[in-house]
Amino acid sequence: VPASYFDVDGTLVRTNLLHPTVFFMVNQASPLRSLGKVARGILGTPAMVLAEMRDRRTFNEMLYGLYEGISQDRLMTLADEAFDVVLKKAIYPGARELIGACRDRGHDVVIISGALDFLMTRLADHLGATHVIANRLEIHEGYATGKLLRPVVAGPEKAKLLRDHARAHGHDLDECFAYSDSYSDVPMLSVVGQPAAVNPDAALERLARAYHWPVLNLDRTP
Amino acid sequence: VTHPCVVTIDRKSAPRVMFSGDRLVEVDLPVGSRVIYPKPPMAGLKDPDAAIRYAINHPYNSEPLYALLRPGMKVVIAIDDISLPLPPMKSPDVRERVLTIVLAQLADHGVDDVEMIIATSVHRRMTGPEVKHIVGAKIFNAYWPKRLYNHDAENPKGMALVGETELGEKVILNKKAVDADLVIYVNLNLVPMDGGHKSVAVGLCGYESLKPHHNPKVMRKCNSYMDPKSSELNTVVERMGKVANRNMKVFTIETTINNRMFDRPLSFLHKNEDELSSTEKSALKALIFTLNHTPAEARELVFRNVPSPYELTGVFAGETEAVHEHTLKKCFEQYVVPITGQADIMIAGIPYISPYNVNSYLNPLLVQVMAQGYLFNLYRNNPVVKKGGTLIVTHPCTDRFDKEHHLPYIDFVHRLLPETRDAMELHKRYEQKFSENPAYISMYRNGNAYHPVHPFFMWYWGEAGRQHLGRVIVVGADNEYIPKLLGYETAPSMADALRMARDTAPASPEITMLHCPPIVMADVSLPAATKAPAAPASSGNGAV
Repeated sequence: VPASYFDVDGTLVRTNLLHPTVFFMVNQASPLRSLGKVARGILGTPAMVLAEMRDRRTFNEMLYGLYEGISQDRLMTLADEAFDVVLKKAIYPGARELIGACRDRGHDVVIISGALDFLMTRLADHLGATHVIANRLEIHEGYATGKLLRPVVAGPEKAKLLRDHARAHGHDLDECFAYSDSYSDVPMLSVVGQPAAVNPDAALERLARAYHWPVLNLDRTP
Repeated sequence: VTHPCVVTIDRKSAPRVMFSGDRLVEVDLPVGSRVIYPKPPMAGLKDPDAAIRYAINHPYNSEPLYALLRPGMKVVIAIDDISLPLPPMKSPDVRERVLTIVLAQLADHGVDDVEMIIATSVHRRMTGPEVKHIVGAKIFNAYWPKRLYNHDAENPKGMALVGETELGEKVILNKKAVDADLVIYVNLNLVPMDGGHKSVAVGLCGYESLKPHHNPKVMRKCNSYMDPKSSELNTVVERMGKVANRNMKVFTIETTINNRMFDRPLSFLHKNEDELSSTEKSALKALIFTLNHTPAEARELVFRNVPSPYELTGVFAGETEAVHEHTLKKCFEQYVVPITGQADIMIAGIPYISPYNVNSYLNPLLVQVMAQGYLFNLYRNNPVVKKGGTLIVTHPCTDRFDKEHHLPYIDFVHRLLPETRDAMELHKRYEQKFSENPAYISMYRNGNAYHPVHPFFMWYWGEAGRQHLGRVIVVGADNEYIPKLLGYETAPSMADALRMARDTAPASPEITMLHCPPIVMADVSLPAATKAPAAPASSGNGAV
C-alpha cells in the first residue's frame, strides 16, 4: 500500500509557520507578556528573514524560540482555538478532496510539516490524515524552553524522515506520493516515485515542469 | 468505373501534397498508385436556424420538443465538447445555433430550471474561452459557470447509477442528468463514430462505465470504428445507451457538417494536385516555403487561430436511434468514396490536429492514435490495406507534450511503453493503478488535464490497426526513439519508405494514398475473385 506525504504550509493551507506563532504571541497570559513577545518577534524579524533565505531549519529554530516560557497548559488550551481561528479557515478548497481521494485508494496519509505537532494532529484529524510528522517543542518543568526536540522537521531532514517512515510502515518509496508547494521540499519530493507540486513557488514550478511532475492547484475547485 | 475522387498516378502526375504535422510535404508516388480524395463539400443548408426549428418540431420517433416541456420541470442540456469539429468551426458554432433556439423554446414554456453540461467524459475540462466559442457570448455570459459547466467524472457525489445491462455493465452517469426530467443532447457529428448512444452513455459517464468498451479486447473485435454496424465498441455503447434511455427521458439533437475544412485561400488543399490552377500552384509553393521557414510557435499560432468554414448539412432530432440513422446516412454521403480492392501499402499524412489536442500539440501518443486509430479506420466494409500490409505516414514524431493537458501521457509514453507495447498487458498491469493516481485526478478535476486513464484509451485506439498492419513506417521523424517506442520504423524520405515497404509486399504492390484531411472514408469492396478479407472482425474475433 502506498503512502501520500503532504507538506502543510502553502500546500494544504494558505498560512505559514508565522500565522499560528503570532496567534500564540498575542494571546499570552497578560497584555504585557503579549506585548513583550510581539516586540521580541518584531526585533528578530530581520534575522529570521536572513535565516529563511539561507536555511529553513535555522529559521524554524529562531521562530520557535519565541515560544520560550509559555506553559504547556496554555499551549494546549490555545491549540483548539488556534486551529479554528488560524488553520481551519485557511485550508485550501481542494485539500480535503485530494486527501479523501488518497484515503479512498487505501493510502496512508502522512502530514509532514515544520509546524508544531499539537496543531498538526488537529489538522490531521480534521482532514482525515493517518499519521503526523511535525516539530515538537522541548518542555521543561511544564514550560516551553524555546528549543525544538530532534529531529527538526525542515528541508532535507524531511526527506530522511519520510524515508524512515516509509521503511517503518512497509511502503515502497517508488509507489509513494509527496506533495509540497516549496522548492525547499525538493529533497522530500525527490525520494518518492510520485512527486507533485501544489500551488508551487516559481522555482518549484520550473522544476516540476522540467521533470513532468504534476502541478496541482488546490485553491481551485471544479 | 472508378469514382471521380479516386485518381491513378501516371508519368505526368504532379507530386502529391501531404500533411506532416504542421508542415506540408510534396511526395512523388509510383505510377499506378491510387490516391483517394475527399468528396467536394456538400452544400450547406440555406437557413440553418429554420432547419433546426423544423427538426425539433418534427422529430423522429418522438413528440416534438415543445410537447415534452412543462413549466417548472428540470432540464439538463448536454453538449458535445470542443474535440469536435476539427479544427473548431467559425462562429457561430452549430451548437450555439441549436442552443439559442432550444433555450428560447424552454423559456417560452416556463422552463427555467436549466443546466448545461459539456459532455467531456474523461477528456480535459474545457476552458472558459473554449466554451464561449461553442455556445456563443450571450449564452456563456448568462450561464457560465454556475449553470453551464464541464462534466466531472470523478466527483463522487456527482455520479449516479442508472442501471445495468443484461451483461452486467454498469451505466453510471452524471447525476444532474440522471435526476433531470428531460435531457436534451446537442451533438455535432463530425465522423460516423460520433453521436448516437455514444453521446449520453459516454459523454456523461466516468471510468467505471468506460471500462466495458474502452479496452483492448473490444477494440480488437472492431472491424472499422467508423462503421458502427461492424464496430464492437459501438455494440457495447449501444447496449449501455439503451439502459440510459430506458431510465432517462432523452431528446437527441444531432447535426452534420460538410467537410469544408479549409477556407478560401487554402481551399486548394481539397483538390487533386494535377487540377490546380497556376495561381493555386504558386500559392501551394508559397505555403510550403512559408511553413518550412516559420518557427514552430508561429505555425501553431496560425493553425490554431484559423477556424474552419464548415457548414451545416443536416439537423435531426428526436429519439436517439432514429435520429442517428439519419445522421449516419448524411455523414457517409459526405465522406464515403467507393474503391475496389485493398492495397498492400497505404500512405497517409498525419496533420497537426486530432480530437484530443485542440489548443495543444499533437504528441507522440496522439500520432499513434491518428495513424493506427483514425486514419487506418477511415473505411467501411474492408480495410484500405490488406492484413499484414504496410502503413506509411508522415510526421516529425517530436518528443513534445503539453505539460498541462497531456501530463499523464508523458508518464505513459516514457515509463510504460518502454516496458511493453502489448495493450493487453498495459491494460492488466497498469491501467487501474494509473487511473487512480490522486495527483493526476486532481489535475483532471481542478485543472485542464486529461484523466489519467485517457492515455491507455489512446493506446487501445490503435489496437485494431496494430493487430491488422504488418508494419508502420514513418517518414520525416526528427528522432529515432519515439517511433521505436511506438513500434514504427523510420525512413528519411517517401522513396525510402516505399523501398522498405516493397521488401515485405508482393511484386508490383498496390499502393493507395488517403489524401486527407479533409476527412475521406473509403468503402472498400473486394474484386469478385477475392475471398473475404482478413479484417479483425471477419477473422474469427467475434465482431458484430
